[in-house]
Amino acid sequence: MKRSEKAIGSVANYVDERTGAAKWLKKNLTKVFPDHWSFMLGEICLYSFIILLLSGTFLTFWFDPSQRDVVYNGAYSPLSGVSMSSAYASTLHISFDVRGGLLMRQIHHWAALIFMAAIVAHLFRVFFTGAFRKPREFNWIIGIGLLTFGIVEGFLGYSLPDDLLSGTGIRIAEAIIQALPVVGSYLAFFAFGGPFPGTAFIPRIFIVHVLILPGLFLALITIHLMLVWYQKHTQFPGPGRTEKNVVGYPLMPVYMAKAGGFFFIVFSVTAFLGAVASINPIWLYGPYTPGQISAGSQPDWYMGWLDGLVRMAPPLETHAFGHTISWNILLPGLILPGILFTGMALYPFIESWVTGDKREHHLLDRPRNAPNRTALGAMSIAFMIISLVNGGNDIIATHFHLTINGIMWFTRIGLFIVPPIVFIITKRICLSLQRADRDLVLHGKETGRLVMLPSGEMVEVHEQLTDAQKWTLTQHQQPDALPAPLPESATRGLKGKLRKRMNQAHAIQIPAPTLSELKELDHH
Amino acid sequence: MSSIERFQNPGLPEHVHRKADTDPKAAKRAEQQVAILFLLSALGTVGTIAAYIYIRSDLYVYIPILGSTNVQQMSLGIGLTVATLCIGLGAIQWAKKLMPDTEVIQERHELRSEDQDRADFVETFKERGGEAGIARRPLIKRTLGIALGVVGLSPLVLLRDLGPMPKKYFETTNWTAGTRLVLDPGGAYIKPSDLEVGAVAQVLPELPKGTERTLENVGKDAVLLIRLRPEDFNLDAERLSWTYNGIIAFSKICTHMGCAVALYEQQTHHLLCPCHQSTFDVTRAAKVVFGPAARPLPQLAISVDAGGYLVAKQGFTVPVGPSYWERNSSNG
Repeated sequence: MKRSEKAIGSVANYVDERTGAAKWLKKNLTKVFPDHWSFMLGEICLYSFIILLLSGTFLTFWFDPSQRDVVYNGAYSPLSGVSMSSAYASTLHISFDVRGGLLMRQIHHWAALIFMAAIVAHLFRVFFTGAFRKPREFNWIIGIGLLTFGIVEGFLGYSLPDDLLSGTGIRIAEAIIQALPVVGSYLAFFAFGGPFPGTAFIPRIFIVHVLILPGLFLALITIHLMLVWYQKHTQFPGPGRTEKNVVGYPLMPVYMAKAGGFFFIVFSVTAFLGAVASINPIWLYGPYTPGQISAGSQPDWYMGWLDGLVRMAPPLETHAFGHTISWNILLPGLILPGILFTGMALYPFIESWVTGDKREHHLLDRPRNAPNRTALGAMSIAFMIISLVNGGNDIIATHFHLTINGIMWFTRIGLFIVPPIVFIITKRICLSLQRADRDLVLHGKETGRLVMLPSGEMVEVHEQLTDAQKWTLTQHQQPDALPAPLPESATRGLKGKLRKRMNQAHAIQIPAPTLSELKELDHH
Repeated sequence: MSSIERFQNPGLPEHVHRKADTDPKAAKRAEQQVAILFLLSALGTVGTIAAYIYIRSDLYVYIPILGSTNVQQMSLGIGLTVATLCIGLGAIQWAKKLMPDTEVIQERHELRSEDQDRADFVETFKERGGEAGIARRPLIKRTLGIALGVVGLSPLVLLRDLGPMPKKYFETTNWTAGTRLVLDPGGAYIKPSDLEVGAVAQVLPELPKGTERTLENVGKDAVLLIRLRPEDFNLDAERLSWTYNGIIAFSKICTHMGCAVALYEQQTHHLLCPCHQSTFDVTRAAKVVFGPAARPLPQLAISVDAGGYLVAKQGFTVPVGPSYWERNSSNG
């Protein structure tokens, strides 16, 4: 035996005698993971989170989370002698005096944007392929939790430097707290340690940003991954793949190398962006003061849709009995997002209630084969995009020479009209794609080769698909195969009628071609 | 209909060997590619360290598109990019070209436990619960309920000192009858003649001697002074009497969410809040003409004192800034 092998043996022996881990490890080193590019989206979330932990830790060594007044006299001369908070001054210090500090700040900010974008893309993948279905509902809810906390964490993060732009964001957050009925002004005073802006807020959100939320992230991500591990990953349908197996490559060595390599690639992308793409140049904004503001104030993109909703809200307030309720803040800032996120979290249960499908699913849906779900998803995306457009209405107006009022009215009306249209169109497209699949299976691929028959007729030669392709295009569940159409008792009453209506909408499908049909066609 | 034949799952396709599996030369080439990538990565790290030590940190160059760029920060970033990218590419090339690429099938085990195990669990749970006797002893159950129900209150109570009570804070400002207007920044007194028609100035109330101005003050006291031609106003008699020679004063804090309403459009006499585009018409006492704000900006009554300087005639008659539950908005 070689020396290195002997060493591995004795280390394994030492650890196993104390933990008994060898049996578990032996089984799991060869655990199989299915392969698909879209499964990398979740990996990007994880890796950018690790990058955020690393770069964030670096920043805490110099960042001073304090609103104590200081006079700046660092390397950035335009702000020399200006009185500002210590948080802002230390952010300038990181940007101009610490070698690699600006790079780390920019890596941290870019990684945060990528983290949020990857979460959203991962969510789309899971939604459109039906990966949230039984038994993965818990992981869906954890994912929605991570998305929600991610939005909060990002907002707190870009608020920390206490520059004019981020201070304006905090001012808006304070106004939302203040608008809460009954408790608003008290909560605002408790949160800010007195009147806005005070000196308590930055230190308080600092501890939430660097300890409480990252801790929560770590816990939730751990559970998320353990469930993925334990339930085994879903896979796309294809030859050899069934509901009862996993087809792919083993963890060791292929996935270790691929996933480990991919971490470094994600890191290199954030490092490159941090090196060349300036982001959040806080020195240009100046320190925060409530009496000033910069034109074109914009939040980061994952807050943009919320800001867009707030911008388009009607000027509605209730004044009664000496009290004021600000619907113009509560409706777009809390109630609507609350409904959207609750609906999103409950979606797996809603769908399973509508379809009556309580089976386990490990094979993913091709989005076209679930037209109703895909249309719902597209509709939600349309809603978000229209809100986001309005969140950037000032920037769009100046860039495209439009009026803000025009964009605002377009989005106010579009928010109600465009999503249903997108729903209908998407559903039609899905059904058309199903028809195209059907044609492909029954009539084969067009080869572009023209043949002249003895009679002089010209025909195009069609080439039959392979068995693997035919299987992939026809394996999906057909509506008549769904477990028992809803029983009579389940369709009574308003709730029952709604369920029946949605169940029917969900079941609309183009029948998948069968071998019998193909044989019949071949006869002719 | 009953004899419909569906397509059958044809099973895993046959494994196709890669070039490196069969051709030792191709395998050797792949090995070299991986090795070169790893070496490049090490070079990247060396470059990063060199940039840290040898490049001056106050050296800037102008790069098209990117603008003025700090050479050291950028070199560190590029070095780090090369160092990480090449490790990543190397590892993936290694996995794709040289590690086994035969697809493996693993069976899924059913997630649910055996029926017997589940039944046993429920049984054990009931049995142990019965041993505690919680069902048989309602007194313990109820008192425990009370104790657990209230135990969470103490940490909540302990949070009370997070901040003081708001009391009348939202309703008051430092503006009172006779308070002089001072420029922000600068702090100079203002005479009506200092403002030409069309001019805008941000002002604050003069504070009693020895009082330092805080950001909290600014957040409530900030006022915009705008001079129009007197004939441009479209105000009732009372509000017109709050202006002075065409100079009108409004709270600068938006009644929507408290941003500074800073954009003044001279042609239309509109004030625009850059946060959510609430638009106020200056000629009509800052009436909301567009956007989500529900109330006009509070107007400050101004006049001049014996010295000819602008002063407030009285404090604001309504609270400034965004709404809150206790705000009595029936009079504006």
